[in-house]
Amino acid sequence: MALFNYKIRLTAPTLSHVKFNSMSTSFQQENLAKALYSVLADKLSSLQAQNGELTIVVHADDICTVSETLRDNPVLGFDTLIDLCGIDYSTYGDTLSAKNSLRGKRFAAIYHLLSVNLNHRLRVRVLAENNDIPVIDSVTEIWPAANWFEREAFDLYGIVFSGHPDLRRILTDYGFIGNPFRKDFPLTGYVEMRYDAEQKRVIYQPVSIEPREITPHVIREEHYGDSES
Amino acid sequence: MAEIRNYTMNFGPQHPAAHGVLRLVLELDGEVVRRADPHIGLLHRATEKLAENKTYIQSVPYMDRLDYVSMMVNEHAYVMAIEKLLEIEVPLRAQYIRVMFDEITRILNHLLWIGAHALDVGAMTMFLYAFREREDLMDCYEAVSGARMHAAYYRPGGVYRDLPDTMPQYQSSKIHNEKQTRIRNANREGSLLDFIEDFTNRFPTYVDEYETLLTDNRIWKQRLVDIGIVSPERAMALGFTGPMLRGSGVEWDLRKKQPYEVYDQMDFDIPVGVNGDCYDRYLVRMEEFRQSNRIIKQCVDWLRKNPGPVITNNHKVAPPARVDMKQNMEEMIHHFKLFTEGFHVPPGETYAAVEHPKGEFGIYLVSNGANKPYRLKIRAPGFAHLAAMDEMSRGHMIADVVTIIGTQDIVFGEIDR
Repeated sequence: MALFNYKIRLTAPTLSHVKFNSMSTSFQQENLAKALYSVLADKLSSLQAQNGELTIVVHADDICTVSETLRDNPVLGFDTLIDLCGIDYSTYGDTLSAKNSLRGKRFAAIYHLLSVNLNHRLRVRVLAENNDIPVIDSVTEIWPAANWFEREAFDLYGIVFSGHPDLRRILTDYGFIGNPFRKDFPLTGYVEMRYDAEQKRVIYQPVSIEPREITPHVIREEHYGDSES
Repeated sequence: MAEIRNYTMNFGPQHPAAHGVLRLVLELDGEVVRRADPHIGLLHRATEKLAENKTYIQSVPYMDRLDYVSMMVNEHAYVMAIEKLLEIEVPLRAQYIRVMFDEITRILNHLLWIGAHALDVGAMTMFLYAFREREDLMDCYEAVSGARMHAAYYRPGGVYRDLPDTMPQYQSSKIHNEKQTRIRNANREGSLLDFIEDFTNRFPTYVDEYETLLTDNRIWKQRLVDIGIVSPERAMALGFTGPMLRGSGVEWDLRKKQPYEVYDQMDFDIPVGVNGDCYDRYLVRMEEFRQSNRIIKQCVDWLRKNPGPVITNNHKVAPPARVDMKQNMEEMIHHFKLFTEGFHVPPGETYAAVEHPKGEFGIYLVSNGANKPYRLKIRAPGFAHLAAMDEMSRGHMIADVVTIIGTQDIVFGEIDR
């Protein structure tokens, strides 16, 4: 190794103080939950813990102020936006939607936050008020990483992020119509592309594949197959 | 005087340095880049939507095809997400096998990266060297899963099968006579673990070879030093993870900070850069070669001493042994249910992340209790990195754009999904 003139440094091999074992997880999580309650107060619609992960629900009007607090508060310190994605809850199931207090709202944006400095994570769910034209404020000002993620959610779900500097489609084809990840958009799509020998160019035509389902979608009722019942 | 205007240039999607199907619209002032607008999505296959229409098991092979140079790590994040929701335990041996193959995959990925990166910058030999070693690791993939690339080896609850006792061997042909073939097969006589151990003993010398070619190379340094500098704060704000973040000097590695599987049992270091330029990221990845090699060695040692099951015996999730299936009615039903309907995952949502060779690869899984995911979101590290392309290349020369694409380790399978 002495052969090369390294400019990088190696970190200490043991980092036991930041080890994320199950005990410290629950402890850290409790602290984080407390901090969220006290800092966000009435802006917090709900807080859930599942599988060692915290999820908070925030009203669509508050997302910008809440995000800023989440980033700048020294106890929370969420410096990195890991992921932002859209979701369409329209076929989620009534009991589950009621349990997650969706109240008939169809679209939501899910933010996954990470604090590199404090080593904790948080999930934020923001439900869009309007089901026809879902609008949520953009957080690109707070986390620049949101730029492309918001474009993606706009492209695939049609969620409009107001205040985004450059809200264009990102993954779908130039001139694509529709929002392909919505639950009412068929898996096969509406158009297919092929080369037309007569016109000597690539053309679009209505899709020719029959929609099919190989394995049916099954949800078992609770206690299915229990011998006692 | 003639009017001077910025010049807009189209880079890709068929350019060899575009690493696949990147279309980059560059606004140039002479040779200086004023704005870079990457157009992605040319490889968009809607993996997430396809997964919503398949059972959980059927989507495992899709994960291989996301980042097609680090196949098993993608699977790892996916099966971890499912295991988290199902709350099932993975046998210890399976965890060690997963860690070992994660690190083999990391070396595979970095080998392709160094080959392609050096080739883009102008060092042809690296590509040939890197592919020589990749061949050996591909053989490990083949031995364990039957496929050289798209393995589908990790399963919810463990791995598909235990490590084999034999390695596939070369056959003599018109090109290689029997004597040559015997030499080529010399390290393939034993089990897969013997072969991997032999590789880990050889590999550090190979890394030295690469470094002899590149680390102090004048041209290499001229092309990499002070190119694409990102400050630590900015790197975090831009959502960088993995070597891109560590290159900027942030000490962040999920394997250390939020250990999964048996990474907390492993002894290894995280390399961290100082300047946050392309050269530091290069050094970080070179050191990761050596550290991954260390981890593989530790896993090989452990796996030799500790035989045991490699997949959970919860037959609601993992299929029963074939012998049991033939003799036992209960197991027969389990088998039938698993392969027709698949298992059901309790309602809920989870996010599972692994330290992918490129950064943090995460799977956000929402289940409504069905046999298929309700929503699957793939958090690809390259997506956030490429989004910063504009910022990193602004003010640099057009040739540096190629260096920056190389340093970001762009693979379109994961970015377009």
